[in-house]
Amino acid sequence: MNLTLRIWRQKGPEDKGRMVTYPVDDVSPDMSFLEMLDVLNERLILAGEDPVAFDHDCREGICGMCGLMINGDAHGPQRGTTACQLHMRQFTDGETIDIEPWRASAFPVVKDLVVNRSAFDRIIAAGGYVTAPTGSAPEAHSTPVAKANADAAFESAACIGCGACVAACPNGSGMLFTAAKLTQLSLLPQGQPERYTRVIGMVDAHDEAGFGGCTNAGECTPACPKGIPLNTIGRLNRDYLAATAKGANNTPGS
Amino acid sequence: MELFTEGDPLADTKAPAGPVEKRWETRRFEAKLVNPANRRKMTVIVVGTGLAGGSAAATLAEQGYHVKSYCYQDSPRRAHSIAAQGGINAAKNYRNDGDSVHRLFYDTVKGGDFRSRESNVHRLAEVSVNIIDQCVAQGVPFAREYGGLLDTRSFGGAQVQRTFYARGQTGQQLLLGAYQALERQIGLGNVEMNARHEMLELVLVDGKARGIVVRDLVTGEISTEMADAVVLASGGYGNVFYLSTNAKGCNVTATWRAHRKGAYFANPCYTQIHPTCIPVSGDHQSKLTLMSESLRNDGRVWVPKTKGDDRSPKDIPEDERDYYLERIYPSFGNLVPRDIASRAAKNVCDEGRGVGPTKLGVYLDFADAIGRLGRKAIEAKYGNLFEMYERITGEDPYEVPMRIYPAVHYTMGGLWVDYDLQSNIPGLFVIGEANFSDHGANRLGASALMQGLADGYFVLPTTIANYLASGPLEKVDASHPAAVEARTDVEDRVQRLLAVNGDRTVDSFHRELGQIMWEHCGMERSEAGLRKAIDEIRALREQFWQRVKVSGTGEELNQSLEKAGRVADFFELAELMCIDALHREESCGGHFRAEHQTPDGEAQRDDDRFAYVAAWEFTADGEPSVLHKEDLKFEYVHPTQRSYK
Repeated sequence: MNLTLRIWRQKGPEDKGRMVTYPVDDVSPDMSFLEMLDVLNERLILAGEDPVAFDHDCREGICGMCGLMINGDAHGPQRGTTACQLHMRQFTDGETIDIEPWRASAFPVVKDLVVNRSAFDRIIAAGGYVTAPTGSAPEAHSTPVAKANADAAFESAACIGCGACVAACPNGSGMLFTAAKLTQLSLLPQGQPERYTRVIGMVDAHDEAGFGGCTNAGECTPACPKGIPLNTIGRLNRDYLAATAKGANNTPGS
Repeated sequence: MELFTEGDPLADTKAPAGPVEKRWETRRFEAKLVNPANRRKMTVIVVGTGLAGGSAAATLAEQGYHVKSYCYQDSPRRAHSIAAQGGINAAKNYRNDGDSVHRLFYDTVKGGDFRSRESNVHRLAEVSVNIIDQCVAQGVPFAREYGGLLDTRSFGGAQVQRTFYARGQTGQQLLLGAYQALERQIGLGNVEMNARHEMLELVLVDGKARGIVVRDLVTGEISTEMADAVVLASGGYGNVFYLSTNAKGCNVTATWRAHRKGAYFANPCYTQIHPTCIPVSGDHQSKLTLMSESLRNDGRVWVPKTKGDDRSPKDIPEDERDYYLERIYPSFGNLVPRDIASRAAKNVCDEGRGVGPTKLGVYLDFADAIGRLGRKAIEAKYGNLFEMYERITGEDPYEVPMRIYPAVHYTMGGLWVDYDLQSNIPGLFVIGEANFSDHGANRLGASALMQGLADGYFVLPTTIANYLASGPLEKVDASHPAAVEARTDVEDRVQRLLAVNGDRTVDSFHRELGQIMWEHCGMERSEAGLRKAIDEIRALREQFWQRVKVSGTGEELNQSLEKAGRVADFFELAELMCIDALHREESCGGHFRAEHQTPDGEAQRDDDRFAYVAAWEFTADGEPSVLHKEDLKFEYVHPTQRSYK
């Protein structure tokens, strides 16, 4: 296959950035999308040009490091698929493909297609955990968990933290990411004691990081490579309401 | 010139004597403690944020130490432990099927082909039960039965169901548990997290590990970070083969730099080739994708009985198929350990019975299981793996059998450590895949997650206290001459890589190095092949330093510079791996020497000559390494010819 790539090039956070056109020939349909970018970069390096910087690591759809807007779609056209697992058989010979970084005010561009997603870590640090210091755990079977709850918790826990939900959202909201972790932990008995402080902490950190609010645009779930359902945000809202109605300190006994 | 010389024997002086089941308890009691007020004044560096590094950093911070954590990824949540699929072993015996700490210990020593330490493995089996408790308490969503209790399944090399799992994403869920504990400590200010930082050198002061030199991968700034102790949790070195199931960024630099500073590298030739990976599709291939070992619970492995049979699998009748694992190993069948399954696949392909376009593949067929359990049940168990297979190959494994072939997956070798997980350099601790300690010559499935978390949550936090309590150490900062020298060395090497400005890319060298290693130091090794490989590696390394082209500068995000530094270290490691493989004139576990096999083609160990850990000491560039032998003693599990028939 012969393709024309139009790629966002930006030297650093201060640079304005621009789309640059690169023809790429002899692309095999069995290549992954990132392998196709590898081929381009090999050529650019030998030509003495700066290769295109992009984030990637596991290349098997689980680490969440890769993230590209491909023809305006987060992770490209195939649903439930990260950019690293997208294969060139999804494209046609002669096609022009636009490749851009995630665009959201909470994810500033570092270089080319690389963005800074540390805001996600700050949301987790603000409550996305169960406080269970090493050594303090009771016997694993002391608390049974209904299979349906365990399975639903797993569905939400499958989030890979790639940021596609934010990139797809017209408001640049990180609510699906935040709600996925909240839902996982609120469905498990281990997550109950901190349930309401957790939701306040995480939502506050989300807002402070510069993510937009959720207006139910519904763009996030279709872009999510793990298919985290939209109704997790509903669960977040219910818990947030309950937590704030009780008072921010989750008043004991209430 | 000699390839190596032999030095003094080596001994692990930290494991207590006495009954194996009492040793960890004894060591925990004997280990000195640091009082909570003093912990606040002590800094520990942890390099890597996978299961071992993440759990260690979180736990040390919970205990009150000041922790500095480093990872090359943009977030600690992305370390490659996240990609582990199948599960984690623990001797809970929830199935009442005869499991026990002793049986997990026995299976692991045997599975490692009698090349690991009994003391370490027994401790691993003991703490395995605590790991499950810890992870459940953190909210890890393990698979559960309808009664609400934890589900388990079988893995290779075991006849009990002791593997806990979270669908096909167990590593992800365990890592996120550790990551969340780590983030909690970051939020509390107890851990200083440095993502997108790569360790490029170890700093020794008076023979003790006191710091590291790191490069900020965004700005290119090179800085020196000092501490009271350094923990390396930087993973394995499978990417020396270029194609492996490791993440693209996985590298040996942290441990290799420590090796060059004096830390012994143990058993570098012990690499694990995983039997069930998606076959290579072409020259563009940048990595290989694993299909979990758990699939062998329900999938049946076969090839056509006759060679060159090009019919589509559905047209090959049952009696013309060779379910070779079930035929050769009737008692373990498709669940033989990884080394055995990989070599069997290689053998049938070498006979010309391989399948797929490259003929380097065998079928993993779910038709029987789908017939027996229904498609829905198979979907529930393996759905995500089947989808992943289809995305990569474009074939639907519910309809057509999967094609699989072995690929490099894990490295049992690593830096030498004693029972305290301390290397021969005081203050340098090594945990998880980065050390050599628990898996011998072959790791059993679902044991890497167990070891990573055992080391990080339970073992290291106890043993490092013993070291720190022997202080206080002299106060040093980045202006110490040793620190300045280490930093200057790093700056010089970066400049050297940039200055070559040749005509070949880093990847082209890496790919060629990988081919040499796969050909001669992969599933089967021979004296002639290894000698050839050593010559080829040396010649290619020379070429690398003359012809590599790294674009850009050192003062920016420069991914080709990052790769160049890693590949330069892989070249040095590759040579040592071949020397280790050459000197070990026996077959054991993942190390299969063509000259040493039983009449029916199984690994032939030589316990009289090789029942030892080979710990290699670096001397100088171009000078032979020194071999130190640590004899292995087996008091509880007596070495036998490993049989899964």
